[in-house]
Amino acid sequence: MTDAAAPDASPPARAAAAPGRWKRWLLIAIPYCWLLALFLAPFFIVLKISVSDTVIAQPPYEPVLDLSQGWQGIKDWWSALDLENYSALFDDELYLASYLSSLKIATISTLLTLAIAYPMAYGMARAPKSIRPTLLMAVILPFWTSLLIRVYAWIGILNPDGLLNAFLLWARVINEPLYIMNTETAVYIGIVYSYLPFMVLPLYASLEKLDETLLEAAADLGCPPWKAFWKITVPLSLPGVIAGCFLVFIPAVGEFVIPDLLGGSETLMIGKTLYNEFFLNRDWPVSSAIAVLLLLVLVVPIAIYNNIQAREIGDKA
Amino acid sequence: MSLKRFVSAWTVALGLVFGVSGAAIAQQKEVRVYNWSDYIDDQILKDFEAETGIKVVYDVFDSNEILETKLLTGKTGYDVVVPSATFLSRQIKAGVFQKLDKSKLPNLVNAWPEIYKRVAQYDPDNSYSINYMWGTTGIGYNVDKVKKAFPDAPLDSWALVYDPDNLKKLKGCGVMLLDSPEDLLPSVMTYLGLSPDWSNVENVKKAAEHLAKLKPYITKFHSSEYINALANGNICVAVGYSGDIFQAKTRAEEAKKGVNIDYSLPKEGAQLWFDEMAIPADAPHPEEALIFLNYMLKPEVAAKASNFVQYANGNLKSQEFLDEGVKGNPSIYPTPEVFARLYTVPTIEDSKTQRALTRAWTKAKSGR
Repeated sequence: MTDAAAPDASPPARAAAAPGRWKRWLLIAIPYCWLLALFLAPFFIVLKISVSDTVIAQPPYEPVLDLSQGWQGIKDWWSALDLENYSALFDDELYLASYLSSLKIATISTLLTLAIAYPMAYGMARAPKSIRPTLLMAVILPFWTSLLIRVYAWIGILNPDGLLNAFLLWARVINEPLYIMNTETAVYIGIVYSYLPFMVLPLYASLEKLDETLLEAAADLGCPPWKAFWKITVPLSLPGVIAGCFLVFIPAVGEFVIPDLLGGSETLMIGKTLYNEFFLNRDWPVSSAIAVLLLLVLVVPIAIYNNIQAREIGDKA
Repeated sequence: MSLKRFVSAWTVALGLVFGVSGAAIAQQKEVRVYNWSDYIDDQILKDFEAETGIKVVYDVFDSNEILETKLLTGKTGYDVVVPSATFLSRQIKAGVFQKLDKSKLPNLVNAWPEIYKRVAQYDPDNSYSINYMWGTTGIGYNVDKVKKAFPDAPLDSWALVYDPDNLKKLKGCGVMLLDSPEDLLPSVMTYLGLSPDWSNVENVKKAAEHLAKLKPYITKFHSSEYINALANGNICVAVGYSGDIFQAKTRAEEAKKGVNIDYSLPKEGAQLWFDEMAIPADAPHPEEALIFLNYMLKPEVAAKASNFVQYANGNLKSQEFLDEGVKGNPSIYPTPEVFARLYTVPTIEDSKTQRALTRAWTKAKSGR
């Protein structure tokens, strides 16, 4: 994510003239300012709240950093901070259970999404060139309606009296309506449906670039198609698989709307726990601490992965 | 909303820049109201604009928690907000509101003393708010479905939903409970014969433990889905707010699919709540806000609002203008004997208590 936003510091400068260099710095500065203002600054605000205490006031936490007091104000503020909210998260198993349950739901939905998206993307990439734009359009089209409306539509489909049950009862596949609504199964259906395009698009991008002559060569040398698929197609599409998995996994961990609408009361997810802390308990510090930990839970594995990948590229070069 | 405000801000700015009637545009008086969704007759706002020349910018929310979070963040830009009394009380302590200048509210003479006395436990001397609507938390049910699943159901008692043996019979047709601990757990405490004092952590835990036993029979905890679910016939029982259940009844009648909804105020007692109109301390148009509140205190206006939303209001004089279906409905305007059995819950201020209560609630719902 950060890689995409931060521009490459361009190849070694070809002794650019001073004014040109200045312009290039300006160009780079814009995305950096964007990151600074819209990512780093909010994060530090959340971090700051996470080490303060809750009170009945506006805003509902203290101490508030009072810069008009000068240096003394900063000192007072600093000395009043503590890590109590973080230790509170380890005192109650609820938070750990929510994190783990979120990770579990996100992992399973990512794998399900991959299993459905891969054949889709493969089919799209192998389709005649003339109809590919249409297929691509069909994948993107649902994005043009609100996510909320699409999730609501699933309520209409999955209800005991909904479309799915009506059809299955009519077709005499079942005698009793299925209770899918308000269960974890409904959450999986919702997440897989909503995030499918995020998986299909990167997969399609990497599968479409695949050099077909490699497969022809494999066939000429007597390699059966399934083996050629495993030895050539899958490894070459791996960057797409990884990109797609990240794009699905990361937002799925913090998902709130889908479990709230489709899930039942036993569906425990960190997004819901955070919502409860913020809105029901009015405890901004603890909910901020949850958010900071969530960020760490996600950023650390991604950073490790990026590191490994960078080293691999370095080895090849 | 924000787009509208953005546009009007730019209109003013452009007017000033070009000097074309800039003064005239800037003088356009307005009042910004933030109220619950589906909670007013639009005609009232139109009449107010016609009568006073003050433009109403009207936005809606659907939970006290959302409103509270906005108020605590500050600079909402709203002139009139409508929190429930339990929330109002805490917000007053946080310094969110300004005292009402009662000399600007002559229509307060129409107020219903009984209601204002009950509200005074949240807003001492009623100095920060006027009552908009009040109502109860009870049981909404699908008359035919319940009759079919459970012919001799105790419809006038909490035992209908909180006795495991009864609830078991209703499981198949669907049961929804409010996803709001302070509205739901006191009713469970009432059923268990405990005082509905929501600040008593030990008793709240007992209620939560009882609720956990009922969980296998409950379809969902949600604070607004039950309106449509009842109206469509997807569930047969819901514990919810009186007016919401009447709304479900109206929607079901309009849909003409033969769904018949009714509301029951359990005999053991039920929770009474109040939605109050107040003016934030940083309201941009406090003068206009007071004019708006005074307008809402007119008997005909209050009656018009109640006739539309089917909740009772705190305006005694308005009762002569009420529709018979509202005034004569004991579920909306309870008889004095029933009213005496209605209880209120205290506001929780201590954050440790609040956490313990929310935790008991989460445990009841998720089993963890």
